[in-house]
Amino acid sequence: MAGRTLYDKIWESHSVGILPTGQTQLFIGLHLIHEITTAPAFDMLRENGMDVAFRDRTFATVDHIVPTDVRQRPFLDREAEELIQALENNVNQFGVEFFGLDSVNQGIVHVIGPQLGLTQPGMTLACGDSHTSTHGAFGTLAFGIGTSQVRDVLATQTLAMDKLKVRRININGELGTGVYPKDVILYIIRRLGVAGGKGFAYEYGGAVIDKMNMEERMTVCNMSIEGGALVGYVNPDQTTFDYLKGRPHVPKGDAFDRAVDYWKSVASDADAKYDDLVHYQGKEIEPTVTWGINPGQSVGVSEKLPKPEEFADPDGAKKAYEHMGWQPGAPMLGTPINVAFIGSCTNGRLADLRAAAKIAKGRKVNPAVRALVVPGSTEVKRLAEREGLHEIFQAAGFQWREAGCSMCLAMNPDKLNGREICASSSNRNFIGRQGSPQGRTMLMSPAMVAAAALNGKVVDVREYV
Amino acid sequence: MADIAEITKISGTAVPIRGNDIDTDRIIPARYLKEPTFARMGDYPFFDERFDSAGKKKDHPFNDPEYKGASILFVNKNFGCGSSREHAPQALYRFGIKAIVGESFAAIFAGNCTMMGLPAVVVAAKDIEQLMKSVEDFPQTEYSVDLENKTISYGSQKIAIDLPETYRTALTKGFWDSTALLRSNLEQVKRTAAKLPYMTGFTS
Ligand code: SF4
Repeated sequence: MAGRTLYDKIWESHSVGILPTGQTQLFIGLHLIHEITTAPAFDMLRENGMDVAFRDRTFATVDHIVPTDVRQRPFLDREAEELIQALENNVNQFGVEFFGLDSVNQGIVHVIGPQLGLTQPGMTLACGDSHTSTHGAFGTLAFGIGTSQVRDVLATQTLAMDKLKVRRININGELGTGVYPKDVILYIIRRLGVAGGKGFAYEYGGAVIDKMNMEERMTVCNMSIEGGALVGYVNPDQTTFDYLKGRPHVPKGDAFDRAVDYWKSVASDADAKYDDLVHYQGKEIEPTVTWGINPGQSVGVSEKLPKPEEFADPDGAKKAYEHMGWQPGAPMLGTPINVAFIGSCTNGRLADLRAAAKIAKGRKVNPAVRALVVPGSTEVKRLAEREGLHEIFQAAGFQWREAGCSMCLAMNPDKLNGREICASSSNRNFIGRQGSPQGRTMLMSPAMVAAAALNGKVVDVREYV
Repeated sequence: MADIAEITKISGTAVPIRGNDIDTDRIIPARYLKEPTFARMGDYPFFDERFDSAGKKKDHPFNDPEYKGASILFVNKNFGCGSSREHAPQALYRFGIKAIVGESFAAIFAGNCTMMGLPAVVVAAKDIEQLMKSVEDFPQTEYSVDLENKTISYGSQKIAIDLPETYRTALTKGFWDSTALLRSNLEQVKRTAAKLPYMTGFTS
């Protein structure tokens, strides 16, 4: 019998049974919730007189709407205040542990799960947020779900699911200097397309991924959904175990050793059979920047903007050019920017802030640029400050903020104005994503954002490293 | 589960929205996610594409009086990509859309639709072009989506539709609101959980 993938193994051990629809009822080991997608789900529980089935496997935080400058309650934004109150009432009423604004554990849900050691290999995890795939970096099957599914997980700790196929993506060789995990995932999405992962779980591997630390792997897994894949993961290895050891929710002593045995056992077998297999070379990958309105519309920084006819969907490319106001054939280098945003669940971790600070150190943000650094969690902020990263950023002219999602989706006061162009370390360049319907977003690595902030335009970060 | 409607047939006029990769931020801008319920989502679908910053109507099929009252939406490829926000299908549903017919759908979006009892069904590229043209030429055309026979028909035309068999069963047999069904297995859920070593903190 051919070996099995991590996906197969976890799927099997978490299957409760087959439903009359033919779907599998899958047990969810960890449920993370936040203020945005949960209120109607709790309402539905109340209407039906249901409780939270596995309270101790449910954790809540607040991230999307949190102001990152003045955090004082009540929030100035009345709607945001109502939403956080709704969450506070719900977690109180249903007895769910909550990392609120005053908690040292508060932060973006995909940053705090790993940071607290809640996210572990061999587990299923769900969260009402499409970037839940981030947790796959640990060898976790992590699903981004909608509100009706949040209701199902609250009420039953299970989901009705269809099994996916598995595509193994190998990144072989090594990355050049100045090329970061963000470039790797943008490259993968560019090559396979924004819908290319539909029906697949992505298993990332190869020498480049093996060498990455956990924070870097999280960046790659985070954007799986931008490639259309509901799930993305990396097999757990020594790097994973070393990261987890000693974290608050990770077992200690003998139990840790037993955990490691279990974690090792869930990794894909060497002879595992995949539904598809692709290989890329690390050296093919340049610092990558998006020029359009979806994360697949990107080029290497030294390239020129592509012609619409080069795409299977020329109309989509034309629509992107219409929104961005650029011309095919123009160089990516030198594209002016107005705003620089470093943060989000993609690139708001300590490794990301370090990479950006390295570029910013001893230099100045271009006076025409509004530049923001928003740590992914309160703990990331604390650790960064302990190393003095905030001083480097502030001296360079970046604003240093409190933790939250911030300008990744602009549900708090951090927004683009009018036609502003933002160099952003976040994950989505959709029209209107950063708060202005006319605003423009260019996705890139945090180091590239920092370099762009200094110059007021897109530059090649390799000149700085 | 007798109280969950069995959805087998959706009939009515249609409205086309052309373009691939239409993401859920476009379907419902994030600022409307601050509302604690879905109740008013029907006021907001495609808001920034339908209204300018002064609130003036722009050219958009959802503003076009010819398509008023449409209950079937025609779309192209990878519709509903991006954010998992269920507010997107809720906004369409509450606007009056009771079935979506397209070339393909993003995974989370299609799942969200199904769980609300909103069928998202797939047709071939040439067929969606034919359907879009038919409604653009004659907006009053009546269409009928038949989930049991897997067809969409209008006039004398009949076109094959497709959707995952599990979704089709959920819709036509009334299992799309899955909570009660899942909850009926709670004992089995607990047994599955008890076998997972992390559920007991790796104590043995
Ligand atoms: S940082 Fe952005 S993508 Fe991540 S959870 Fe927050 S809003 Fe979603």
